[in-house]
Amino acid sequence: MSVRRRFFVTQALFGGGTLLVCCLAPLIGPTTISLTRVFDTAIPFAENVDAQIFFIARLPRMLAGALVGATLASAGVVLQALLRNPLATPFTLGVSAGASLGAMIVIIFGVRLSFLGVPATPLASFAGSLVAVGLVYSLARARGRGLSTNVLLLAGVTLNSLFSATILFVQYLADFSESFRAIRWVMGNLDVSSYDPILSALPMVGLAFVAFATLPRTLNLLALGTDHAATRGVNVLAAQRLAFVSASLATGAAVSVGGPIGFIGIIVPHIVRLLVGADHRVVLPASAMLGAAFLVTCDVGARTLMSPVELPVGVITALLGGPFFLWLLIRHS
Amino acid sequence: MATHSTFVNTDWLASHRSPATASRQRGRRSPSATAAVALVVWSILLGWTHPTRGGQLAPPPQRIVTVIPAVTEILFAVGADAQIVGIGSFDELPAGAAEIARVGGLLDPDMEQILALRPDLVVLYESQTEQAEQLQRAGIPLMSYSHAGLADIVTTIRSLGERTGHLTQATSVATRLTQRLDAVRARVRGRPRPRTLLVFSREPLSLRNTYASGGIGFLHDMLDVAGGDNVFADIADERVAQLSAEAILTAAPTVILEIRNDGGFGVDIAEQERAVWRSLPAVPAVVRDEIHFLAGSEFVVPGPRVVDAIEQIARLLHPDAF
Repeated sequence: MSVRRRFFVTQALFGGGTLLVCCLAPLIGPTTISLTRVFDTAIPFAENVDAQIFFIARLPRMLAGALVGATLASAGVVLQALLRNPLATPFTLGVSAGASLGAMIVIIFGVRLSFLGVPATPLASFAGSLVAVGLVYSLARARGRGLSTNVLLLAGVTLNSLFSATILFVQYLADFSESFRAIRWVMGNLDVSSYDPILSALPMVGLAFVAFATLPRTLNLLALGTDHAATRGVNVLAAQRLAFVSASLATGAAVSVGGPIGFIGIIVPHIVRLLVGADHRVVLPASAMLGAAFLVTCDVGARTLMSPVELPVGVITALLGGPFFLWLLIRHS
Repeated sequence: MATHSTFVNTDWLASHRSPATASRQRGRRSPSATAAVALVVWSILLGWTHPTRGGQLAPPPQRIVTVIPAVTEILFAVGADAQIVGIGSFDELPAGAAEIARVGGLLDPDMEQILALRPDLVVLYESQTEQAEQLQRAGIPLMSYSHAGLADIVTTIRSLGERTGHLTQATSVATRLTQRLDAVRARVRGRPRPRTLLVFSREPLSLRNTYASGGIGFLHDMLDVAGGDNVFADIADERVAQLSAEAILTAAPTVILEIRNDGGFGVDIAEQERAVWRSLPAVPAVVRDEIHFLAGSEFVVPGPRVVDAIEQIARLLHPDAF
């Protein structure tokens, strides 16, 4: 089978599977709804409970899950290649800690604000991730020429713990019900109950995916080392900058929609590599699709397992991801 | 900053640390001691716990410390206010009352400050097992209690009154409270009970992170007395966490009642927050525009003022009955 043919077969399989999951997910839920009623235009929308459950409660969640899952999984692929570290995640470089701090401040100090239909928490979490990305980037650039991936990694890890400490301090100042809400935010939740948060994250994620589309060949070369990539004509600094900034901003946007949902950015890329090999031209799009399907599936579990109480989706991804991660560690050593 | 120990929260804490944990921790120390030491420790322990049980035998305490808003309110109501030397950081004093030393909250009481006040009685919530151990080591008498529902308030009023030497006034406070509760029950009896969603927390300007009352605990009991049927009465928990849009649509409440412990519902804010619910137009409460906002510490402090809160809810649910 030619490389080209294999590429198309792989993408078609992943794409078909993801499409199937995304079509089935809105049909599953704690309440039984009738599809004929959902699409019955004779009943006014305001009175059609089935249609509202489908279009307000389930469809936005499925879309949010697909968007967040695809973003986190591809950002994971990009950052693992950029940092040449299989344990890197979209959250390694401080993005999620920055986003969490932003969200905590808004939740705990009760900021009431909304912009274009997006409430304060997602806005603040995106702002927080921008601050984190800016800090890490300028720290990594401060050491002179180039973008040192070692400094990037260290700056990210340090910033993560610095932000975590600040989060603890902010939580200490809070009352229980606020702390409880803040903790729940960290566990992830895709119940967006409107399309606004998804639409507002879409431009940023869309731009990042355009950037990702130009990256695979470069990432393949970067994975062999920056010197090697440079001799093969890669503008290393520009590529690293593009990879870091696009992956981080997309992660920030995804976190603003669903909270810092863990492990997708690490387990999905690794599963994909196990299945299709290490070529980023295949791995990147396949990871985006598997990420979407995986998170949408986990969210079906989140809203049905303990209904009407919601199980935080981050708990499900972490429960599945944690053991997988450990297996991966053992396998590598 | 809002009231620290709202009942919604205290019981959440209580579930974390059961009394069994406390006795286990105490038990770990004594077996390692010699028999003589154990005997001394045992007699001291008996001496410490004794006043908790047979309060009327000891003279009434004159230096009381509490960190729980409900206890402070009860002590004022039974006339024990002159005996209080320390209260919680978030407790509210009745209008005109002189300020009392603040000694921290339910989670973070300042033990050093409490000890410095030389209390002869510290009232703790059941979940405060660490503090109870520290006080026992310091030989300070303590009384611990727990609140699981509306009926417990009356019991706590009586027991606090008895312990502080104000049994007569406590009995009359408890009787008045019971009578007012019965009066509300009588007014709403026989009237159609609206299916009510009782929300106590959510993200501002959004339906995300919505928390509602489940089928046990104060909020549920308050709604029940006020003549409403909780849509989540079947859920054997104090709260239904992170309610999804689907759960709200399925529950189909005819009334949505939002309560907060602070005065955070100005007219503008209530209007904005009401608009948020319109994103679920099939919910009967939205169709009928039966979305109400109530704010005040009486809704979250399980003390004598709880009946004020219940009356407000009853007036909202049954305006014709009043």
